[in-house]
Amino acid sequence: MKSISELKVGLFIPCYVDQFYPQVGVATLELLEKLGCKVLFPTNQTCCGQPMANSGFENMTGACNQLFYDCFAGCDYVVSPSGSCVLHLKEHMKVEGREAASKVLRTKVYELVEFITDVLKITEIKSSFPHKVGLHQGCHGQRGLHLAQMSELNAPAYSKPVDLLSKVQGLELVELDRKDECCGFGGTFCVSEEAISVKMGKDRVSDHQRNGAAYITGSDMSCLMHLEGILKRGGSKVEVIHIAQILNGSHIEIPTPQGEPV
Amino acid sequence: MSILPKDHAEASEVFNKDEGYVNWHDETLWFVRQKRDKSSKNIPEWEALREAGSQIKHYVLSHLDRLLVEFERNAKENGVIVHWAKDASEHNRIVLDILKKHQVQQMVKSKSMLTEECHMNEFLAQNGIDVIDTDLGERIVQLRQEPPSHIVLPAIHLKKKDIGDLFHEHLGTDAGATDPQYLTEAARQHLRDKFLTRRAALTGVNFAVAETGGFVVATNEGNADMGAHLADVHIACMGFEKIIPKQEHLGVFLRLLARSATGQPITTYSSHFKKPREGQEMHVVILDNGRSTQLGREDFRNSLKCIRCGACMNTCPVYRRSGGHSYHNAVAGPIGSILAPNLDMTKNADLPFASTLCGSCSNVCPVKIDIHDQLYKWRQVLAKNGHVPKGKQMGIKAMSVVLSQPRFYQWSGRLGRAVMRSVPFVVNNAMNPWYKQREMPEPPKESFRDWYVRNREN
Repeated sequence: MKSISELKVGLFIPCYVDQFYPQVGVATLELLEKLGCKVLFPTNQTCCGQPMANSGFENMTGACNQLFYDCFAGCDYVVSPSGSCVLHLKEHMKVEGREAASKVLRTKVYELVEFITDVLKITEIKSSFPHKVGLHQGCHGQRGLHLAQMSELNAPAYSKPVDLLSKVQGLELVELDRKDECCGFGGTFCVSEEAISVKMGKDRVSDHQRNGAAYITGSDMSCLMHLEGILKRGGSKVEVIHIAQILNGSHIEIPTPQGEPV
Repeated sequence: MSILPKDHAEASEVFNKDEGYVNWHDETLWFVRQKRDKSSKNIPEWEALREAGSQIKHYVLSHLDRLLVEFERNAKENGVIVHWAKDASEHNRIVLDILKKHQVQQMVKSKSMLTEECHMNEFLAQNGIDVIDTDLGERIVQLRQEPPSHIVLPAIHLKKKDIGDLFHEHLGTDAGATDPQYLTEAARQHLRDKFLTRRAALTGVNFAVAETGGFVVATNEGNADMGAHLADVHIACMGFEKIIPKQEHLGVFLRLLARSATGQPITTYSSHFKKPREGQEMHVVILDNGRSTQLGREDFRNSLKCIRCGACMNTCPVYRRSGGHSYHNAVAGPIGSILAPNLDMTKNADLPFASTLCGSCSNVCPVKIDIHDQLYKWRQVLAKNGHVPKGKQMGIKAMSVVLSQPRFYQWSGRLGRAVMRSVPFVVNNAMNPWYKQREMPEPPKESFRDWYVRNREN
């Protein structure tokens, strides 16, 4: 058994996080490093392929699968701060002609929280976040990756993100009226079914607001992006923050680069 | 039908024009979902019961040939007349012929989603037969000349005031009356007369037992019994997947059905029918209508396990906010969305996309149908068969081209973010459905990758 520092941990940063939430990528990277991992970020990565596949065009995901495979096949683990992308990869990532190797790679992909609790076996991360926080449990992370027990089943309760968050200094988790209802993002659903998507998002947001959350956190930035759009349009002071940012200690400001990057 | 054909997204937009109403609809169905949660969590063996239900149905789907023949044989021995219908029109014709033979022009009918699927009422009306729905909710939507919006709660989209107005118009109740007891009593009196005067009664079938040739109809109002016991002719219509092998399996399904549907331990009436009483004629019509095709679709055959409890609708965050009519199919909600494309791919191509794939449906399902996985799979089938709008297909294609080439992706991202920063109205406008009710994310100067290259690759 290799020690943590000997493991090659590949960091997969989903396309929309890469483009719109670099601070979440930085927090994930720094957090994994603080926890003792040697983290690689292959710069040729793009997307898990889910936007195409969930729209019915799994046949257009070949190139994304190939890129993912080429970037990460050599890693011991692949970690990503997005339950939805991870679930898609775990269920559908396949390179033609390399079916067996693809299958092996699929089993190495982990969402950040489950990687911390299940692989690294870390149950407490020292950090401080003295605020009232609502946890938005992304559906794919919860019902797909089993990050937490779902309310539908008659089965013992547990929650990996709550385990970690409850140990953050000063952080007060608010109880929600509906603890695991979908936010309505749903990939291309958010634009093809705009009316429902927004209504679902508004209802999630008001549950958090009603229960006094100052921040909404979660392990899936896509849900949070959608909720943020609704919060901002409504002029709310409530902010979204990825769980990696909380666990990494504080809000991270990305240093502003000098001039445009090339 | 007063419902105009619209696709799910369009119909949902209309439904969402009145937010207060949507909130009410959502809360009402969420209340039912909570009742289901409470009731299912009251029995420790709930998950084992679901597994048993799922496995029995699994057995049924792989032994249908034998079980159906066994049911027919036993039913015939009991004196029941069994009919086989390959599609909706054959089904409707069989029912009409039975009624004609008995010179019946008026019939009472208890709840049957199958006859909704076959549009039987319209057909019979065109042939001079007057059908009265006797389930209260069904009667309400029938008076409104609209289809049910839910398979268990047909009039769940209506408020007390709507019912009061409707009954005032049709049943002569006091104007403005909304007291449920008063309105229900009026419906009872109105229906009582129909029960007493109709000579034929049609019921659905919840479970047909192969080993006995009997069948069970579950209702809360007793209207199936009342109709069947008073009529000279009882016609029971069922999809062929309603078969269960043994009587003892009812112990699994009856416990699952009502808890999943409404949170009741059992329906008020579980009526067991086996043979016609003296002087009565009893018919069972067994319908295929595309079920054989669905059975042959490996990815979708499990949808035939459905026991029509409606739990997937009550839990579905989309259904609760779009209403049953937005699904333009007899069976709405998540289960309807995996059944409907089998019946007509062109007409129902929008339905598998009316979901976020959140997976709640699959986990409330009492027979563990993998509904959300099937929604995903239907999307692939629909796209492959050209049922996705061309514009959407081109957009997805463009996205895949960008995401297939790292350098092109990086360049597009940089360009896109620069445009968003310097000329935000290019994306912040009415053409962008995201922007209609949501702000766009703040575009940073650097992507994560750019940050990484600058900070970590020196």
